[in-house]
Amino acid sequence: MPEGTFCNRRPVNTEEDLKALLGDKGGAQYYKEMAELEVDVEALKATLQKTLQSRTKTWLEICAHCGMCADSCFLYRVNERDPKQVPAYKIQSTLGEIVRKKGEVDTAFMMRTMEVAWSQCTCCNRCGMYCPHGIDMGVMFSYLRGLLFSQGFVPWELKIGSGMHRVYGAQMDVTTEDWVETCEWMAEEQQEEWPGLEIPVDKEDADTMYVLNAREPKHYPEDLAEAAILFHLAGENWTVPSEGWEQTSLTMFAGDWAGCKMQVERVYAAVDKLRPKRVVGTECGHAHRATVIEGPYWAGRADGRTPVPFLHYVEWVSEALTTGKLKIDPEKRIKEPVTLQDSCNYVRNHGLAKHTRIIMSYIAEDFHEMAPNREHNYCCGGGGGFNGIGRYRHQRNVALKTKRDQILATGCKLVVAPCHNCWDAIRDLEEEYEIGIRWSFLKPLLISMVIVPEHLKPQEEDE
Amino acid sequence: MYAFLTGPMLWVALLVFFGGLTARVVWYVRGLSWQLDRVAYGPHLAHGLKGGIHSALKWMLPFGTQSWREQPYFAVAFFLFHIGAVLVPLFLAGHNIILAERFGFSLPALPMGIADALTVAAIIGLVMIALRRIALTEVRILTTAYDWFILAVSAAPFVTGFVARLHVGNYEAWLLAHIITGELMLIVAPFTKLSHIVLFFMSRGQIGMDYAIKRGGYSRGAAFPW
Repeated sequence: MPEGTFCNRRPVNTEEDLKALLGDKGGAQYYKEMAELEVDVEALKATLQKTLQSRTKTWLEICAHCGMCADSCFLYRVNERDPKQVPAYKIQSTLGEIVRKKGEVDTAFMMRTMEVAWSQCTCCNRCGMYCPHGIDMGVMFSYLRGLLFSQGFVPWELKIGSGMHRVYGAQMDVTTEDWVETCEWMAEEQQEEWPGLEIPVDKEDADTMYVLNAREPKHYPEDLAEAAILFHLAGENWTVPSEGWEQTSLTMFAGDWAGCKMQVERVYAAVDKLRPKRVVGTECGHAHRATVIEGPYWAGRADGRTPVPFLHYVEWVSEALTTGKLKIDPEKRIKEPVTLQDSCNYVRNHGLAKHTRIIMSYIAEDFHEMAPNREHNYCCGGGGGFNGIGRYRHQRNVALKTKRDQILATGCKLVVAPCHNCWDAIRDLEEEYEIGIRWSFLKPLLISMVIVPEHLKPQEEDE
Repeated sequence: MYAFLTGPMLWVALLVFFGGLTARVVWYVRGLSWQLDRVAYGPHLAHGLKGGIHSALKWMLPFGTQSWREQPYFAVAFFLFHIGAVLVPLFLAGHNIILAERFGFSLPALPMGIADALTVAAIIGLVMIALRRIALTEVRILTTAYDWFILAVSAAPFVTGFVARLHVGNYEAWLLAHIITGELMLIVAPFTKLSHIVLFFMSRGQIGMDYAIKRGGYSRGAAFPW
């Protein structure tokens, strides 16, 4: 059974392989090889036998083909109501077909299935809320991605993403040294403005351990500085681990379940080592999903719980505001109309909508909800890995229209987006459609309006 | 013929129906896996079941969910059919006479007028469902011959029963057709999508537990807004 040099059934486990794969610009050779990649039918059959149990089997079997899921799917709506975008059709014509054929499918079928799995579903799970039988096609697509990954049919960028996690323990090539240096650099840089500010690395028994998204140290380390400033102002006894600081999981988007387990276990190992009372994660949706919601299961924790309480950043902020650890200067609240993006991963899928509303009530004078919102909100248009896949860039740009129109309908020019993927998608939709909006994480907004306690203000130098 | 169909054959049909559906429930529950489903059913059973029951009840209430409210035509069709489909077979006076004769017990009987109304409503509901299947592209693309078969199997006992009740045409023949199609429905139910008679509760219960145990049930502060 021929396998390509780049496109094959083996995940990337070494730096050398990773660099070689990165060198194949845009995955040109990778996708050529994919067209020749044979399906390992025996392996696929065996996986189905082992992992396709009553929940998924029943979902596929009792789907009444009623089409109630159609309108729940933003991709169906935004693609001129193309019936091929009906969630039930998408899953029945891919996973359903694989199951009916007991894995006897060919390369062309798998390539088409890959396209559906990564460009026609963002695993936002909204359809599952609208199906009378409670059939969650997002969950099934996630399962399907796992099958595709195991057979080597995964978009180039996500094969790389999974490799990054396997090689560096992070979604980007940030080594432990890079990371610790970034912490020192950021702490130093803030010293003048925030005397006494620290970014304590590997402090044991702290109240709070902070974990984040590798893009922050890699591309905008000021986000880490902002997190440090806010912890500092709130008087938080906190730390970051030198290993296990990366909370995200492109392995989850890729369907690399073994990689997911490795990734989340690194974070849990940091908890074991440093014994914090709790963990706070950055403003990222999928990182929360991967570490807090799905992570315990990948790590084999039978109670489905993280080893210590894990808070999303919005939970920490809402707590800091309500307990008065952070105080907002009423003069500096956002005066202009402002709206809020609900991330699917921690709002629909983890019930944190009330926390972002609490935050908005403290920081904004003229808050406008999107419609629909909270659990019923639409995906930003770039979730589930969609943002990062060059091959599906056009489809992603079409998908952004949903959020564009939702934002336009609020009349707001400012969007608060406490999620990396949503933030990116909103940035890209502005770039693509130029509707004249701004967007922001919470951290910079909070820093611009928080009251600095006297004792934390820089000492005026004597003249 | 009548004696056979309402005697031994009825026994067989009911045994297959209840036995088969019970087996489907047992298999479903046994096939749940906390690792594969990534839902810790066991350690959070009571909390989970609350979410599961809420999820099923909400959907059994006409216009009880956002989805039903957004699709009023289908909601009306669905409930017109399903209310009749559950109540009429169980509580029709005629059925209970047979129950009393053959098995020595019976259920309370619906007044004739109400049974008639429910039957007509169910047939109207089925026609609406069928029209929707033809008219909407998003439903048409999903529709297979199997879906029409299920619809026909579900419709047949109502239509034949109602014609017999109206005494138009050959009463004996319509009555036999009614009994045969009714028993056919009972017999195929466990082996087809009609198994949703019980698997609806399993599937709804599962997703309700999923949201209650894993996807925010402990942090949402309110029931999941189906």
